[in-house]
Amino acid sequence: MSVTRRHFLTLTGGAAVAWDFLQAGTPERSPNYKMADHWWGMLIDVTKCIGSGNCVRACAQENDVPKGFFRTWVEHYHVDDWHLEKPVVESPDGGMHGFPVVAPGAGKDFFVPKMCNQCADSPCVQVCPVGATFITPDGVVLVDEKYCLGCAYCVQACPYGCRFIHPTKHVAQKCTLCYHRISKGLTTACCEACPTGARQLVDLKNPEDPIHEFLKSHSVQVLKPHLATGAKAFYNGLDGSVR
Amino acid sequence: MYSIPFEGFMYPNEVALQWSVLIVLYPFLTGLVAGAFILASLERVFKVDAVKPTYRLALLTALAFLLVAPLPLQLHLGHPERSLEMYLTPHRSSAMAMFGFVYLWYLMVVLLLEIWLDYRRDIVTFAQTSSGWRRWIYRALTLGSLNIGERSLRIDDKLGWIITVIGIPSAFLLHGYVGFIFGSVKANPWWSSPLMPIVFLFSAMVSGIAAVMLLYQFTSRIRKTPVDMRCLDTVAQYLFYTFIIDFSLEMLDLIQRIYVADESFHSLDFMVHTRLWTSQVVIQMLMGTVAPILMLGLAQVCKLGEAVRRRMYALAGLLTLMGVLAMRWNVVIGGQLFSKSFLGYTTYKIGFATREGLLSASALLILPFLILWGLLKLLPPWTEQKV
Repeated sequence: MSVTRRHFLTLTGGAAVAWDFLQAGTPERSPNYKMADHWWGMLIDVTKCIGSGNCVRACAQENDVPKGFFRTWVEHYHVDDWHLEKPVVESPDGGMHGFPVVAPGAGKDFFVPKMCNQCADSPCVQVCPVGATFITPDGVVLVDEKYCLGCAYCVQACPYGCRFIHPTKHVAQKCTLCYHRISKGLTTACCEACPTGARQLVDLKNPEDPIHEFLKSHSVQVLKPHLATGAKAFYNGLDGSVR
Repeated sequence: MYSIPFEGFMYPNEVALQWSVLIVLYPFLTGLVAGAFILASLERVFKVDAVKPTYRLALLTALAFLLVAPLPLQLHLGHPERSLEMYLTPHRSSAMAMFGFVYLWYLMVVLLLEIWLDYRRDIVTFAQTSSGWRRWIYRALTLGSLNIGERSLRIDDKLGWIITVIGIPSAFLLHGYVGFIFGSVKANPWWSSPLMPIVFLFSAMVSGIAAVMLLYQFTSRIRKTPVDMRCLDTVAQYLFYTFIIDFSLEMLDLIQRIYVADESFHSLDFMVHTRLWTSQVVIQMLMGTVAPILMLGLAQVCKLGEAVRRRMYALAGLLTLMGVLAMRWNVVIGGQLFSKSFLGYTTYKIGFATREGLLSASALLILPFLILWGLLKLLPPWTEQKV
């Protein structure tokens, strides 16, 4: 096979692009990662979410989430002026494929991304009979799949509906905050895929993290604060109707 | 996932129920254990001589149900082969993990020991008088303790009494703990209530007493021996009193929920009026609580003939068991039918020949009776046959 100069330049150019593409997903080497130096959480800016569903798809792909179950999902809220406590909520397929455009009308519409709140005083960790669910020193709630009995007590205990029993592995699963990525210096798959920056991984122990400035200057809250779970998914612009 | 019909909004992971009919059976079976044991303790500790004919029957009933009680849990687990980890590496903050130890304590320290001490004289006698394989079983059951002298039996009796005294709070603990497993789930307002353990406990006593009352009548009929009406009347009387307390507690819980009407109330109210109408209002409350209380109350205030009383007690007992089973259903299944967002409701369709289906559940309900039949053959509890 003869390679012309034109072919050679095309091939090497293509290879360079492909190599760059492969490199993009390679985690940064961080052999000196110290768990005690971090305290992970997530900032979710409801005002920025456009309901694209990119985060749900990225999560499903990154973590091999079984069909019909969700480690993260997006809810579409429609709140009427007269029914502030009775919003109309939908999340078809977890919002994975986005949402149809809503014609402007009475009331308000917005999107709320949901995921494990990585609670510091987590009810799911408390109830696990064998300690298969645990919180890491850097503040991420994880499940040891080789130890989980599959009793589903943790699924019952989670107030946010973030856990499920894997249909073939028969163990509890949930968002790991992409621990395999964040412990190597990357951000989570959902944060990376979000086109508007509505999700931001935060490290509360890092004094340089912009979250500190954000928390100072914004009214931020967590879901179901009355349950005192120590949730670390901080929501900006959260409407009172959100459950 | 979405083939399960639901209405309103459910969080996507909560459309399918996690705890099935097997988890309904678990508190039902442990409740029968606790109730039967407490009835037995009436004779032993509180010296209610009238219920003596049911004493041993109650103990064996408790044992038969206790042996089956963990099976629904085991069958439900995603990884049953790892269940021993609950004992080997328990997580101390978990109510479920600690329940394993309460169960073991109750089985090994209370029930088996009490039955053994009570039957020791009979076992030794059977070991000497029977032949063939039965002889070997009885010899094994003596555990090498063949002394049935007067002093030795007196020690047995004293020890048995002490164990029963320990057994009463243990029985309370056993079933109170089952209630706590549900009552401590703060994410679920249907379950989360400090009254839950005590409601479970009293409904357990009700179901256990009703079960022994029915079994006593049934075994008497099978054996063609007359029913001791003094005993039956006394058991029915205790059932009536316990039922009144149980009903009051359940009503207290209900009234509190209606009056407080917190954010979950609309969901719970909707469920009671729709999905749980038959199982909660019709079966649990009207047929399973009000009807038997009226029947038992009628027997207390009216002078009814023996045959009428017997039939009335039998019907009241059956309705009571049905009502308590419905109560367990409404707690376990009902507690999962609404979304934790309080914005939607899902459905539960019980499978048939699946691992957690109707067939398994029926087998688990029949199994304790088969075990009881074996125990009655091995260790006859009948006072008139006592050696």
